[in-house]
Amino acid sequence: MNFPSELKYTKDHEWLKMEGDVAVVGITDFAQHSLGDVVFITLPQEGDEVTAGESFGDVESVKAVSDVMSPVSGTISAVNRDLEDAPENLNSDPYGSWIIRIEGITGTEDLMDAAAYEAFCAEEG
Amino acid sequence: MKLIFEKSVPGRKMTLLPACDVETVELPAGLRRASAPALPELSETDLSRHYTELNQHVHGVNCGFYPLGSCTMKYNPRIDEEMAALPGFTGIHPLAPASATEGCREVLDTAKQYLCEVFGMDACTFQPAAGAHGEFTGVLLIKQYHLSRGDTKRTKIIVPDSAHGTNPATAHMCGYDVVNIPSAPDGCVDLEALKAVLGDDTAGLMLTNPNTVGIFDENILEITRLVHEAGGLCYYDGANLNAVMGVVRPGDMGFDCIHSNLHKTFATPHGGGGPGACAVGCKAHLAQFLPQSALMDGEGHIQVRSFAGNFLVVVRALTYLMTLGREGIPEAAQNAVLNANYLMQKIKGTFAPAFDRICMHEFVLDLSEFKKQTGVSALDVAKTLIDYGMHPPTMYFPLIVHEALMLEPTETESRETLDWAADVFRQLFDLAHQDPAYMHSAPHNAQIGRPDEVRATRTPVVRWVKA
Repeated sequence: MNFPSELKYTKDHEWLKMEGDVAVVGITDFAQHSLGDVVFITLPQEGDEVTAGESFGDVESVKAVSDVMSPVSGTISAVNRDLEDAPENLNSDPYGSWIIRIEGITGTEDLMDAAAYEAFCAEEG
Repeated sequence: MKLIFEKSVPGRKMTLLPACDVETVELPAGLRRASAPALPELSETDLSRHYTELNQHVHGVNCGFYPLGSCTMKYNPRIDEEMAALPGFTGIHPLAPASATEGCREVLDTAKQYLCEVFGMDACTFQPAAGAHGEFTGVLLIKQYHLSRGDTKRTKIIVPDSAHGTNPATAHMCGYDVVNIPSAPDGCVDLEALKAVLGDDTAGLMLTNPNTVGIFDENILEITRLVHEAGGLCYYDGANLNAVMGVVRPGDMGFDCIHSNLHKTFATPHGGGGPGACAVGCKAHLAQFLPQSALMDGEGHIQVRSFAGNFLVVVRALTYLMTLGREGIPEAAQNAVLNANYLMQKIKGTFAPAFDRICMHEFVLDLSEFKKQTGVSALDVAKTLIDYGMHPPTMYFPLIVHEALMLEPTETESRETLDWAADVFRQLFDLAHQDPAYMHSAPHNAQIGRPDEVRATRTPVVRWVKA
C-alpha cells in the first residue's frame, strides 16, 4: 500500500494535493484496493460548488457504488473526463489519476498527513 | 457450451404444433415483416438435450444448499407447481366472461384476504410485476396520499444506510429527495439521527424489519410513531418477511403500506429471471389509491400493469398459504430463525459474526479481521464454496459491514445440511491459513473459473448476433 508523503488525506480515503491555491483531489490506494475493480465513475461539472465532507460524485466497482467526498469547500475548476473512458486508471495509478481540481477554497475538512493516514488505514483493515 | 442459435440447422423441424382448426387470417401487408425471424431450428431431441445441459450448468435450490442472504432461496413444495399447472388456471384469459373466471377471481380474492391477514393491512393488489415495481407502487401510494390532501411540501423520503439499494432508487424514481440516516452500531435505526431529519418536509420512511443484518428493530413502534407525528407515512419493505410471517404483522408495527415478493416468501422458484409477482398491501387510508385492473375490477382504477399481474404466481402463493395454514406459516418463520441461529452458532469460533447476538432469519459474517490475517477475502471464500457444492452467500452487502458474507439458510434445510455447511466453513477457515493461494484462484472444479467482471459490467454481450 502506497502513502505518498507530499499528500494530505481524508478519513473517507480521498487524497489532496495543493498546487498554489488549487486543490487537486483523487481517491487513495487504500480506497481503490477496498473498492476492487472500478467500472464506472460519475463526475461533476466544471463550475459546480463543492462542500467539504460532502459527495461530489461516485465510483462504481464490481462490489458497490461509493460516494467520493470533497476534502475542501470551493468551486470545481477542472474535471478529469479521461476517467469516464478509463476508470480502471483509478486502480492502476490512484495518485496519478486526479478526479477534480478545486479553486476558491473557503473551508477544509480535518486532513491527515501520510503517517497519520497510514495508521488510520491499518486500524480500518 | 454452444448457444441454441449456434446449434440451429436450417430446415430442421419438430412437429409439436397440431393442425390449425380455426379459420386462417392474414395480417394487412403493412403489418407483416419482410423476412422470417431468426429462430433456432432444432429437433426435439437436441432441444431437450440443450435445456438439460443448461440445467446441469447451474446450481439451484433443487441441487443443493443456497444460503443467499436477503433472497430467501427456500425449497418450493411441488404441490404449488401442480396447482399452478391446472388447466383451469393456465387456459384462462382475463377477458373471458365473468362466468368462466369465477374460480380465478376467487383465487385472487382469497389470496388478498389471507395476505392482508399476514401483513396486518386492509387492502391489497397483485398488479406490480415483482419487488422493485412493488416498492415503486408503495411509495406512489404515499405520494398520492400527501398530494390528495394538498400537502405539497413533503419532498423527502428517509432511508437508513443499511437499506436495500432499491429503496433509495425507488424514492428517487418517485421524484423524492433521499435522506440517508446512519444506523446505530447494532445495525438498527438510530432514533436521534431519525429525529434530526424528521420535519414537515418528510413524506415517509422506508424500512425493512428485521433489518438487513438480520436483527429485529425493537424500537419499531417508536420509529413509526415518530414518523407519523411528523406527518409522514411508513413503508415496509417485505424482503425479510420470511422471518416474521404469521408471528408479527407489519401493520401492527405501525406501517401504512408494504410490498411482498410472492416469489420469494410464498413459494415460486426465483432467481432465474421470472416471472415473479408482488403483493402491495395498505391500510384503509391508502386503499383508494391502490392500483387495480380497470377491466377486471371496474372502470376508474389506476393501473401499474395489465390485468391481475402474474396470476399463476398468486396461485402458488395461495396454495402455499392454504397448505401451511394458520399454524404452519408462523412455524415456517420460526424455523427460518432457528436455522439461522443454529448455523451462526456452529460457524462462530472461525468466521466472526458482525453482530454477536441472537439473529432473525439471516446473519452477517465480518471477514475483515480474517482477511487481515490470511489475505483471503470474502470473495475468495465465496468462490471456494462453489468447489464444495454450495452456492455462495450474498457478498459485500450490507455495505455497513466490510468484507461481509450474509447467510440465510431458510426453514427448508435439515439439521444435517446445516451441520455439513458449518463443517465446510470450518474447513475453508483452516484452508485459508494453510493454502491461501488455492482460494485466491478458486473455483477450480466449476464450469467456469473467475469471469472477467470488469468487462462483463462495462461491455456486456447480452445479445446473439447472426454471423
